[in-house]
Amino acid sequence: MAKDNVMGSSSKRREDVRFLKGRGRYTDDMNRPGQTYAYILRSWSAHATLNSVDTAAASEAEGVIRVFTGKDIEEAGLGGVPCGWEITDKNGDPMKEPAHPILATGKVRHVGDPIAVVVAETYQQARDAAEMIDIDMTDLPAVVDMRTAETLGTGVHDEAPDNLCYDWELGDAAATDAAFASAAHVTTLEFINNRLVANPMEPRCAIGDYDQDADHYTLYTTSQNPHVIRLLMGAFVLSIPEHKLRVYAPDVGGGFGTKIFHYAEEAFVTWASAQIKRPVKWTSDRSEAFISDAHGRDHVTKAELALDAEGKFLALRADTRANMGAYLSTFAPCVPTWLHGTLLAGQYATPAVHCRVRAMFTNTVPVDAYRGAGRPEATYLLERIINKAAQELGMDQAELRRKNFIRSFPYDTPVALQYDTGDYDATLDAVLKMADYDGFAARKAESASRGKLRGIGLSCYIEACGIAPSSLVGALGARAGLYEAATIRVNPTGSVTVMTGSHSHGQGHETTFAQVVSDALGIPEDQIEIVHGDTDKIPFGMGTYGSRSLAVGGSAIVKAVDKVVAKGKKIAAHLLEAAESDIVFEDGQYKVAGTDKAKAFAEVSLAAYVPHNYPIEEIEPGLEETAFYDPKNFTYPAGSYLCEVEVDPQTGKVEIVALSASDDFGNVVNPMIVEGQVHGGLAQGLGQAMLENAAYDEHGQLVAGSYMDYAMPLAVDLPSFNVETAEGTPCTHNPLGVKGCGEAGAIGSPPALVNAVVNALQDHGIDHIDMPLSPLRVWTAIQNASVKQAAE
Amino acid sequence: MYNFEFNRPTDLSAAVDALRGDGAQALGGGQTLIPVLKQRLAAPTTLVDLTGIESLKGIRRMGDMLVIGGGTTHGAVAASGDVAAAIPGLVELASKIGDPQVRNRGTIGGSLANNDPAACYPAAALALGATIETNQRKIEADDFFQGLYATSLEEGEVITAVHFPIPTASTYQKFEQPASRFSLTSIFLAKMSDGSVRVGVTGAGADGVFRHEGLEQALGSNFSASAVDGVSVAAEGMSNDLHGTPEYRANLVKVMTKRAVEALS
Repeated sequence: MAKDNVMGSSSKRREDVRFLKGRGRYTDDMNRPGQTYAYILRSWSAHATLNSVDTAAASEAEGVIRVFTGKDIEEAGLGGVPCGWEITDKNGDPMKEPAHPILATGKVRHVGDPIAVVVAETYQQARDAAEMIDIDMTDLPAVVDMRTAETLGTGVHDEAPDNLCYDWELGDAAATDAAFASAAHVTTLEFINNRLVANPMEPRCAIGDYDQDADHYTLYTTSQNPHVIRLLMGAFVLSIPEHKLRVYAPDVGGGFGTKIFHYAEEAFVTWASAQIKRPVKWTSDRSEAFISDAHGRDHVTKAELALDAEGKFLALRADTRANMGAYLSTFAPCVPTWLHGTLLAGQYATPAVHCRVRAMFTNTVPVDAYRGAGRPEATYLLERIINKAAQELGMDQAELRRKNFIRSFPYDTPVALQYDTGDYDATLDAVLKMADYDGFAARKAESASRGKLRGIGLSCYIEACGIAPSSLVGALGARAGLYEAATIRVNPTGSVTVMTGSHSHGQGHETTFAQVVSDALGIPEDQIEIVHGDTDKIPFGMGTYGSRSLAVGGSAIVKAVDKVVAKGKKIAAHLLEAAESDIVFEDGQYKVAGTDKAKAFAEVSLAAYVPHNYPIEEIEPGLEETAFYDPKNFTYPAGSYLCEVEVDPQTGKVEIVALSASDDFGNVVNPMIVEGQVHGGLAQGLGQAMLENAAYDEHGQLVAGSYMDYAMPLAVDLPSFNVETAEGTPCTHNPLGVKGCGEAGAIGSPPALVNAVVNALQDHGIDHIDMPLSPLRVWTAIQNASVKQAAE
Repeated sequence: MYNFEFNRPTDLSAAVDALRGDGAQALGGGQTLIPVLKQRLAAPTTLVDLTGIESLKGIRRMGDMLVIGGGTTHGAVAASGDVAAAIPGLVELASKIGDPQVRNRGTIGGSLANNDPAACYPAAALALGATIETNQRKIEADDFFQGLYATSLEEGEVITAVHFPIPTASTYQKFEQPASRFSLTSIFLAKMSDGSVRVGVTGAGADGVFRHEGLEQALGSNFSASAVDGVSVAAEGMSNDLHGTPEYRANLVKVMTKRAVEALS
């Protein structure tokens, strides 16, 4: 077997052959016989009473089959869009969980809230008819600013007149208070973590196809986790049992979190297909995506760090308001709590941490997990306040961190996690060397000679990936388990079909998972097919998010492979007339230990399917095994990023001169794919830090509702990244020793960039600027600082 | 998009005839109009596509003038040796519009006729004192731009060519809006053969493109960056949005003008 097809080698992405030729098969590429088209009429008001929806004219329009409103959904007795995680507040009460109707009734609660759907023979006809729907609404005051939402006197939902979904806390408040009381220095930072739109390249799409002869439903959808959609939609919305519902997510063009969630459109097309007895297709356009895909981030935070005289961290206090938007999306409540508060120890041995999170309802698009989900917010909080402390104390940003690193593992944090392993000095040392940290002063002087202000900013992140031990997340409010499943089907001639519950939407699973199986079974990669995305083919699956695919899905594959090998040994022992305990499996051969007797993997496979000479009394024919893997702990990737910028003080424009990244992902299966994941994460993180901002006005209108105003990062905005994966500390509790790499770049890079810009401007007396660091914001900060300095 | 009749004439007179119809709309490269139609923000009954008319395309030097056909793409201007030799600022400008796909479709006539307040070409037309030729008449640039998306073009009038006087020096200094990459505030600076200096400003003005007389006078008597320092650029009259306050845009007018001067010094 060619050694280049195994763990640790950069096999080229096999899926790219079809993607680069434009032959990916996406949901919108699919068309079902007799298909109809849905156009969704959405609210243009952020908050209004819905007095009436008159569909009479639209129903008579050319090509229209049916027009549906919230009343139709209500009369059919359908459930609302469910939430998958219940948070218990600090008083032990459950979060407020208002209904999330598929189509609005009574009120609309955000711009984009669906009001009616026209189903017609063509998309154009559906859209034409939608313009004939007469809607009478009375505007209500919009709840937009989280800081005033509690006292505004207007509730997004009647159940929460103060717009508070929950008031949650984590950590020891008394110990934290005591540490602050004894601190030599306290640093305080108030900031906004900006709201983002995920913007996957492929907009969402869903086709519902009801087969009345079989009484069976199929939903084709752009999802990161088809089994989760089947569970949520089948059980909670439409009351369709699993055996009557297939969910298929074919090629998906990017998810970034926003395609995890179960959306109203999926339930609508599935249900409507049964009403009209024809397939119903809905495809989002880009403008619609801005006001209907769940957004990300959006925290308003006050953080405080207590230090002793030597710069040791004594305690951290965080008080955050997190925007839920108008309704609770699938995982929204857990993002600012269990995926954020628990990460506030970072890489540091801070003895006491306390975190309070108030989740707020507002008249905006729902907010949920977006690449990193809570962990970028935690990392930003921590890494920004550490730099502010260093600035106030006149300490080097690297040394202050090094003084506080955790160095003994396993380590129990004060915020409920146990880190199994890590080496934070190693990644810090590596990045300082990669970026020539020591040579910065000379580069700064050179920039100054050209009238530019140069800055350097460090960020040392940690994340919790591989979500998650089911018993743990169950105790924390998850309404599902978070294991993963895989089936290894060994075909008679020795090729292998792998059914995985993970879903690839850009990550390259078809390549990486094939490498894992190739390595384990000693057969060439081209003998291995990876199948994903179809609930009819895959035993089960919890899907792909939170950098969990290799750590959890890959581990399930390894467990299934182990079962295959174990059965193969029994067969081989029979064929080789040896004791099973004497059979070893290596390099694709079942061997009798200490002899030259062997049977190839394919010979054993064939025997399993042609069992003429077979231990039929002991084992069944066939060679197919399924395994479920439930992780024992999270995995903890960590690393250090160093960003170097040049600021043009006359225009406020920031140029990212260099970005160096040293990551510890544990063991690495495909270094090229890992590097690509880091690059993509960095682009998204730097996009958040410098460009992206889903700005709403005070009326709840999304001002940045198109690419004319929502700034996406382009290649020209980014430097050539300097990325290295450290030798690493393998995860101690999964069979591959892997940790996950999908979100690291988006988690570690925003504070690195902001720290760099603030570092460049510190001589102006600037100690913080909120993201995104647009030219306007940076220039304005410089002007304000100049005015302030002049006044002093 | 709503349904419309599509008409693609190959000569100008047929296009002009077609544009006389009710609800007829000229289509150049379509880089603005097509997205507007897709969002159903306009509903012309007939689109008259001008891209089939060869006489509207091309670049030629005529004495001390550079004449660019109204249907000439930004890509053609950016790649033209004649333009580079005569008015290098126009090459800078055209090469920074959008991306290659936009540049290969969008036309100079379409850009001027649309007069987007953040478009690039209006700054050059004003700063160079261009003459805009239509199927009916010739219009001086100073009379052509009439505020946001407004020009002195009348119904059925098509820009056939733009006549640019060849300056002694020119440059375009673009500061991009971070999202759209249109001009947030950009300066076209031209030194004319009579010794005068003209400054066209796009992206900044609440009423669209304008010339800054204070900067022109200061630079006309002392062509140096320090001359710009002495000029007061008011925030009043500048536009205000997510990406720039009036104060910021006023600052950029000075900064980008200085950079233009430095580029030509």
